[in-house]
Amino acid sequence: MKPPAFSYHDPRSVADAVGLLASLDNAKLLAGGQSLMPMLNMRFVLPDHLIDLNRVEGLNTIREENGALEIGAMTRQRDIEFSDLVRERCPLMHEAIGHVGHRQTRNRGTLGGSLCHLDPAAELVAVAAALDAKLTIAGKNGTRAIDFAAFPVAYMTPALEPDELLTGASFSCWPERHGYSFVEFSRRHGDFAIVSAAALIEEDAHGKVTRASLTLGGMGLAPVRASDVERALIGETIEDKRLREICEPLRKLDAVDDIHAPASYRRQLATVLSRRALFKAHERIAEGPRA
Amino acid sequence: MSEQRTIAVTINGKRHEAAVPVRLTLADFLRQHLKLTGTHLGCEHGVCGACTVLFDGHSARSCLMLAVQADGHDVLTVEGIAPDANTLHPLQQAFHDHHGLQCGFCTPGILTTLIELLRDNPNPTEADIRVGISGNLCRCTGYHNIVAAALEAARRLRSAERAP
Repeated sequence: MKPPAFSYHDPRSVADAVGLLASLDNAKLLAGGQSLMPMLNMRFVLPDHLIDLNRVEGLNTIREENGALEIGAMTRQRDIEFSDLVRERCPLMHEAIGHVGHRQTRNRGTLGGSLCHLDPAAELVAVAAALDAKLTIAGKNGTRAIDFAAFPVAYMTPALEPDELLTGASFSCWPERHGYSFVEFSRRHGDFAIVSAAALIEEDAHGKVTRASLTLGGMGLAPVRASDVERALIGETIEDKRLREICEPLRKLDAVDDIHAPASYRRQLATVLSRRALFKAHERIAEGPRA
Repeated sequence: MSEQRTIAVTINGKRHEAAVPVRLTLADFLRQHLKLTGTHLGCEHGVCGACTVLFDGHSARSCLMLAVQADGHDVLTVEGIAPDANTLHPLQQAFHDHHGLQCGFCTPGILTTLIELLRDNPNPTEADIRVGISGNLCRCTGYHNIVAAALEAARRLRSAERAP
């Protein structure tokens, strides 16, 4: 197998990349290549132009700004995995990244590539939903910001115009004393999740939940925030019996039927994994500050 | 007909300059242009791990990279692991001793993956090894010998490190 013939472009700046996007027809952006290259090898995509972002300067950054982590779109998943800043300020993302593919794919794969490929079961996509990420998009008229919630417009289709590219994402950090957990079920280590659950909670001094975020990946066309459950958790003390009641409505979530699992199985997983993730998040608050 | 570019890549310490079609994968460049056929191609879509090489010191699937992307970079293939033509690398020797090769198809990718793993984590547990090679499929399904060989190689590399 080999990719179809295309013209190759390797711009050095975002401005040049945007210029190429605006001037070329049927162009495709190449980030880490861990999804697009297989699709090219199998000829699922047939671009006339390939715009390789790997030599673009300034998109491989992880920094903290105003209580949020700003991560450049071409930051390798490896760099996120080994970043002390991510582990300390966004432990949910650190936990999730261990489930992303394998060492060899994380060494090349990027944050922006994963977010734009937008597989509904991808871990970084679920994390972006869980943390209400804000995305920065560059186009020929400058940059714009968009909430991640508005980014998926259809199955694996981001809200990007043909002449736009994602340059980075901002993930607001939760306070130091918060609980987090990312759990998933997949048939083999490194596979996309059949269902994943990402939970974040804050509790007051009496152990009552004051803020909650619960995201399910793999259920539908994009990750879903279980906002009913998030609301129901407020004011509750997390213990097994009450958590079961609160998570029970997840059995009615919409879910896809596919070759990997029937919808009923996904709903069962959503219910069980949500409970486990929320309970683990609660336990981590009790464990105190992270080492 | 198809677009070409001239690239300069350091492979196993040796600089190679070549004109390549832009759509040529790094794996095909290694195998077909340089005749470095130690890098194996199994699935050609990033699943099996047989084509793993070290790109600037980090394991990567060479079927998921273009040769043009390697311009100016450093690549290590399985041919570059041994210190010389007559001496096996301790990892290769451990694979030999523990019958870790079996049919040998997945071996190049597993060796390159483990070179990185043992460099980054000289004292791995069995679980670390199993997770580390989870992106490498062995269809002899004989991971037991591979894991034993990797653990033995880690021991030998550690004691070589300690020796004066």
